[in-house]
Amino acid sequence: MRVASRDLLPRVLKGEVAAIARLLSRAEAADPECRETLGEIYARAGKSHVIGITGVPGSGKSTMVAVLGRRLREAGHKVGIIAIDPSSPYSGGSIMGDRIRMSELAGDEGVYIRSMATRGALGGMARATLDSVDILDVAGYDYIVIETVGVGQDEVEIASASHTTLVVSAPGLGDEIQAIKAGILEIADVHVVSKSDRPDARGTISDLKQMLALGLSIDASAAWRPPVVATSSLKGEGFEELVAALEKHKAFLEASEAGRARSRKIAEFRMLKTAEDLLRIRFHERSAGLVRGMADRLVSREISPYAAGEQLIEAMGARNP
Amino acid sequence: MAESIRVLMAKVGLDGHDRGVRVVSRCLRDAGMDVIYTGLHRTPEEVVDAAVQEDVDVLGVSLLSGAHMTAFPRIIKRLEERGVSDIILLGGGVIPDEDVSELKKMGVAEILLQDTPPNVIVDTVRRLVRERGPR
Repeated sequence: MRVASRDLLPRVLKGEVAAIARLLSRAEAADPECRETLGEIYARAGKSHVIGITGVPGSGKSTMVAVLGRRLREAGHKVGIIAIDPSSPYSGGSIMGDRIRMSELAGDEGVYIRSMATRGALGGMARATLDSVDILDVAGYDYIVIETVGVGQDEVEIASASHTTLVVSAPGLGDEIQAIKAGILEIADVHVVSKSDRPDARGTISDLKQMLALGLSIDASAAWRPPVVATSSLKGEGFEELVAALEKHKAFLEASEAGRARSRKIAEFRMLKTAEDLLRIRFHERSAGLVRGMADRLVSREISPYAAGEQLIEAMGARNP
Repeated sequence: MAESIRVLMAKVGLDGHDRGVRVVSRCLRDAGMDVIYTGLHRTPEEVVDAAVQEDVDVLGVSLLSGAHMTAFPRIIKRLEERGVSDIILLGGGVIPDEDVSELKKMGVAEILLQDTPPNVIVDTVRRLVRERGPR
């Protein structure tokens, strides 16, 4: 028996796990039936603080999220976690194992963990990530942690989707040149050096601090200076500092113009991303019938790739849905 | 994009034999499914709670320890407590024939024993999800 999304909404607002779970699935499947309900949810959302966590694969994100989640719970907050893992580019399937490292949060009613596959989306997030954030937001979760897939050097979308972005670096994964390159390190509101129990962590910490000092000499007026926090998930060390840094950044956003600017940036990103998605779906629907013939003409060099592309786009504007 | 089948694969209790669960997870992944693996040494209750949060179509529990006659009743009880009736429960591993029929009577949809070929596992999951219908 299928329950309509609009009937799930009151149960989601009460925080009922099964209803939240079902609505998340529909958002993920981009089910048109739930779109109106998601709109209503969007209108009510905006209370949670969204923490984005990114870093290269193996830098210790999941384990860190588990310890951070527990600390936030101890401080009395409800925590939602969206853990994103990659889909296979071949089969479309995925194996998501973030829950293995979050086992210490199992059984806590104040924690909601959801695994989500990228399904071809680039940038380290899944398409439904932000809809999911809204759902957890209205369901009463105070902090929502988005753990991106282990990304490379320039998947920076998470910074346009979260209030506070943590970039996790681990010792042994690069030298001081990695730290001054452009890309992922630039988006951090808080830098975390994980696995700080390892002897080479000190080098990673000083490399990061030096990089940040270089930046400050160029832009001395920066209102927020990203701190570098060393954590050891193994020993549970550094998490008081991390929670303090998160709270400080949250307070900074709330007290300054930066918070409004951030919210605006998130809204703009979301609007453009949604428009892109809608455009892509419409494009594939309308151009599907033309692709084969056009490719044949391309193979025989009758038409240029540019002209073929233009024709596919023109087909999208045609009135034949 | 079409809705893909979500499966939670679990090991419960003091059973460290995880080769099978990993092979099955891989087969399901290669068939285009989203597979969540919760790792070793979970309790039946933890596994069910995770399955509910993840809104999976199928909960697959691998048992090679002989504890199936205590683990499955606890899983079924927890599913009932959580008010979830549309998660398909699958069992796998080393389970004697006489227990298989008993488990099916309790509400385990299917038991896939250790000699089940990968394509049969995939087909079984697809068939059971199709039979349950959209939700």
